[in-house]
Amino acid sequence: MEGECRASQARSWGLPAGGAGGDSPGGDAPLPGSISSSSLLQAEVLDLDEDEDDLEVFSKDASLMDMNSFSPLMPTSPLSMINQVKFEDEPDLKDLFITVDEPESHVTTIETFITYRIITKTSRGEFDSSEFEVRRRYQDFLWLKEKLEEAHPTLIIPPLPEKFIVKGMVERFNDDFIETRRKALHKFLNRIADHPTLTFNEDFKIFLTAQASEFSSHKKQGPGLLSRMGQSVRAVALSMRGVKSRPEEFMEMNNFIEIFSQKINLIDKISQRIYKEEREYLDEMKEYGPIHILWSASEEDLADTLKSVASCIDKCCKATEKRMSGFSEALLPVVHEYVLYSEMLMLTEEIGKLEDKVECANNALKADWERWKQNMQNDIKSAFTNMAEENILYYEQCLATWESFLTSQTDLHLEEASEDKL
Amino acid sequence: MEQAAPDPERLWQPAPLEPLSHPDAGLESMVGEETKGARDEGPGDGTMTENNFSLKKIEISVSEAEKRTGRNAMNMQETYTAYLIETRSVEHNDGQSVLTDSLWRRYSEFELLRNYLLVYYPHIVVPPLPEKRAEFVWHKLSADNMDPDFVERRRIGLENFLLRVASHPILCRDKIFYLFLTQEGNWKETVNETGFQLKADSRLKALNATFRVKNPDKRFIELKHYSDELQSVISHLLRVRARVADRLYGVYKVHGNYGRVFSEWSAIEKEMGDGLQSAGHHMDVYASSIDDILEDEEHYADQLKEYLFYAEALRAVCRKHELMQYDLEMAAQDLASKKQQCEELATGTVRTFSLKGMTTKLFGQETPEQREARIKMLEEQIKEGEQQLKSKNLEGREFVRNAWADIERFKEQKNHDLKEALISYAVMQISMCKKTRLGVQMLSSCM
Repeated sequence: MEGECRASQARSWGLPAGGAGGDSPGGDAPLPGSISSSSLLQAEVLDLDEDEDDLEVFSKDASLMDMNSFSPLMPTSPLSMINQVKFEDEPDLKDLFITVDEPESHVTTIETFITYRIITKTSRGEFDSSEFEVRRRYQDFLWLKEKLEEAHPTLIIPPLPEKFIVKGMVERFNDDFIETRRKALHKFLNRIADHPTLTFNEDFKIFLTAQASEFSSHKKQGPGLLSRMGQSVRAVALSMRGVKSRPEEFMEMNNFIEIFSQKINLIDKISQRIYKEEREYLDEMKEYGPIHILWSASEEDLADTLKSVASCIDKCCKATEKRMSGFSEALLPVVHEYVLYSEMLMLTEEIGKLEDKVECANNALKADWERWKQNMQNDIKSAFTNMAEENILYYEQCLATWESFLTSQTDLHLEEASEDKL
Repeated sequence: MEQAAPDPERLWQPAPLEPLSHPDAGLESMVGEETKGARDEGPGDGTMTENNFSLKKIEISVSEAEKRTGRNAMNMQETYTAYLIETRSVEHNDGQSVLTDSLWRRYSEFELLRNYLLVYYPHIVVPPLPEKRAEFVWHKLSADNMDPDFVERRRIGLENFLLRVASHPILCRDKIFYLFLTQEGNWKETVNETGFQLKADSRLKALNATFRVKNPDKRFIELKHYSDELQSVISHLLRVRARVADRLYGVYKVHGNYGRVFSEWSAIEKEMGDGLQSAGHHMDVYASSIDDILEDEEHYADQLKEYLFYAEALRAVCRKHELMQYDLEMAAQDLASKKQQCEELATGTVRTFSLKGMTTKLFGQETPEQREARIKMLEEQIKEGEQQLKSKNLEGREFVRNAWADIERFKEQKNHDLKEALISYAVMQISMCKKTRLGVQMLSSCM
C-alpha cells in the first residue's frame, strides 16, 4: 500500500521507485544500477528543461524520497503535474518500447489458442537486458490486468479487448478478429508503459520479460494481503454511492462519466455503421467502372471517353479503399477503446467502509482522472482530425483524377477541331 | 445505298435517286408547298414550314405542369398532370421572341403524337418520350407518378422530346406535329382521322415475332445487334448507378448522427465544448449536402435514359426493315411460284405440285378452254405481282436509303450527346469533391 501514493511520481527522474511496489511482498527497490541510468535521464531532461527550479524540486526534495511516509503528497502539486504532462508529450524521453505482433496458433490436446509475440526494447536499468522477446496469450493479459487492478485500485487501468467473440462473428480465430485484438493488446501494453505509475509495476516487468516457465510459476503466486485491502479501497474510490462525504469533484466525475459513456457508445455505433455503409458503397462502385468498359466495346467514337471514365472511377475506388483503411486504423480502435474505458469507469462496487483511506485514494484517483481526461480529449480529437485529413486527401485525389480527365477531353476536342479545319 | 446481297428475285433496274427528305407519299395532303431552305438544327429551336411557305425560327418550351382532375373514357374520375406548351417565334432582326401559341397537353397526347410519327416515318429514328413510370429509382426517389420531383423531371423530358422533333430535318415539317403545338381542341380527332392506327402494322406489335428473312441486310443486322447491346449496357449502368446513389446517401446521412452526439457531448466538456459544437454543425452540413449532389446526378441519369429509349427506336427501324424485307421475299416467292405454274400449264409439264393439277390428272384433263382461262388468270396475277414487287422493291430501296441517312444523323447526335453527358458527369464529380473538401476542411479546422 505504501507504494501507492508515491507511485505516480516514480516515473520522474529515476527515483528508486521499486517498480511501484506493493504487489509483491517486500518489493525490492532497484538501487545502484538504477541511479546511473536515472542520472542519464536527468541529463536529458536538463537539456530540454528550461526551468531549473523543477530540477531542484525533484532531485532535492527529501519528502518525495521517503518511502515510508504515507502522506498524500502526490502529484497534486502543480509543478509535478506539469512535468508529468511534459514527459508524456515528449516521445524522445520514452524509454520503454513495446510491440505486439505475430499471432500464432497453438494446438494442444485440450485446446487451441493464439499467442502473440511481445517485443520490448528499453534503456531502463531495472531491466536485465535492453531487448526482450516473449509470447503471451490472452489469458496472460487478463492476469496482468487483474494484478494491476489489485495493486493500484485507485488508478484507471487501461481496458483489454473483449474476452468473447463479438456478436456476428463466425469463428473465434477469424483473421479480422485476431488483428483487431492484436492492435488492442498492443495499445493496452503501451498505455501501461505510458502511465507514470503503472509503467514501473513489477508484474508488468515480469509480463514483458519472463520466459515461459518463469512466468507460469510467477503467476501461480496468490494475491497478497495488501491487494485485498486494495480491492476495498478501489471499491470506495470508484463507488459513487458509497462515499459518505461525497466531495463535489466526484459528483462531477460521476456525471461526466455517465454522459461520456452514453456519447462514446453512440459514437462507436455510428462509426461502425459508417464503416459498413462505406464498405457497401465501395462494393457497388467496383461494379460501376467495368460497365463503362463493357460499353466501350460496342462503340467507336465514344470508346476512348468511356474507357477514361472507367479508369477514373477505378482510381476513385482505390482512393476510397485507402480512406476506409485509414478510418479503421485511426478512428474505430480509438473509439472502441474508450467504450471499454467507459464501461470500466461506470462500474459501481460495494460500499466500502474504509473512509480513512478515502482521502489518499481520492487524490490519487483524481490525478489519474485528470490525466485520463486529458488523454481522452487528445485521443478523440486526433482520431477525428485524422479522419478529416484522410477525407480531404481522398477528395483531392478524386478531384485530380476527374480534372485530368476533363483536360484530356478538351485537348482531344481541340485536336479534332483543328483537324477538321485542315 | 443498295442492299448488301443481290436479290435473285429482283428483275428491275434500280430506280432513279430521289431527294432524301421526301416524306411518305400519303402525307402530301398534309404538308403544303415546301420551300427547301436552310434548316436550323440547333437543339434549342427548330424551323418549321407552314402552309404559307414562311420559314420561322421558333422556340418551344414546356413551361409548367399542373394537376388536374377530369373524367376518363369510362366516365370515372381521374387525376392527371397537364403540361403547358409555349411556342415563341423569334424575329430574326432583333432576336426578340413573341409568344405565338400556348396550350395544355397531357402525357397520353404526347404518346399519340409519337405513335403517329412512328407509323408515318418508319425509316426515322423517332425521338423517345421520357419514361411513363419511374424506373431505376434508388430508395429515396419516389416511384410515384404524381410526386413533384418526378413531374418536374418529366416536364423537362417532354420539352426535350419536342425540341428533338423540332430540330429533326424531316419530322419538323410534319403537319400533325405543327398542329400539336398550335391546335388545342380537336387535335386528337385530327390525328385519328389520318387513319394511322390502321396503317400500323399489327405484326410489329407482336413482341416475340420472328420473321425468317432469307437475305437479311447485314448492316441492319449489325444495327439491331448494336441497339440491343446499347439498351442492355445502359440499363445495367443505370441500375448500378441507382445502387451507388443509395449507398452514398447512407454514408452521408449516418454522418449526420455524429452531429447530434457531438452537440450533446459539448454540454459536459469545458475545454472541448466549442470545438465539439462546431464539429457537430459541420457534420450536419456534410450530411445534408448529399441531397443536392444526388439531384444533379439524376439529371445525368435522365440523359442516359433518353438514349436507352432511343435504342428502342433504333431497333424499331430495324424491325420495320426486316418486315419489309420479309414481305418482299414473300411476294417474290409467290410470284415465282405463279410463274412456274403458268409455265407448266403452257408447256404441259408438271413440275410443281398443285391440287388442281392433281385433280386434273386423277379426274381427267381439263378442256383447252379451261386451261386457257387459267393461264390467262395466272398471267394477270403475274402482271399484278410484278407490279407489286417492283413497287415493293422501290419502297424497300428508298426505305434503306432514307433510313440509313437518318441513322447516320442519329449516330453523330448520339456520340455528341453522350460525350457531353460523360463530360458533365466529370464536372459534377469535380464540383462535388470541391464542395465536400471545403466542408471537411472547415470541420477539421474547428476541432
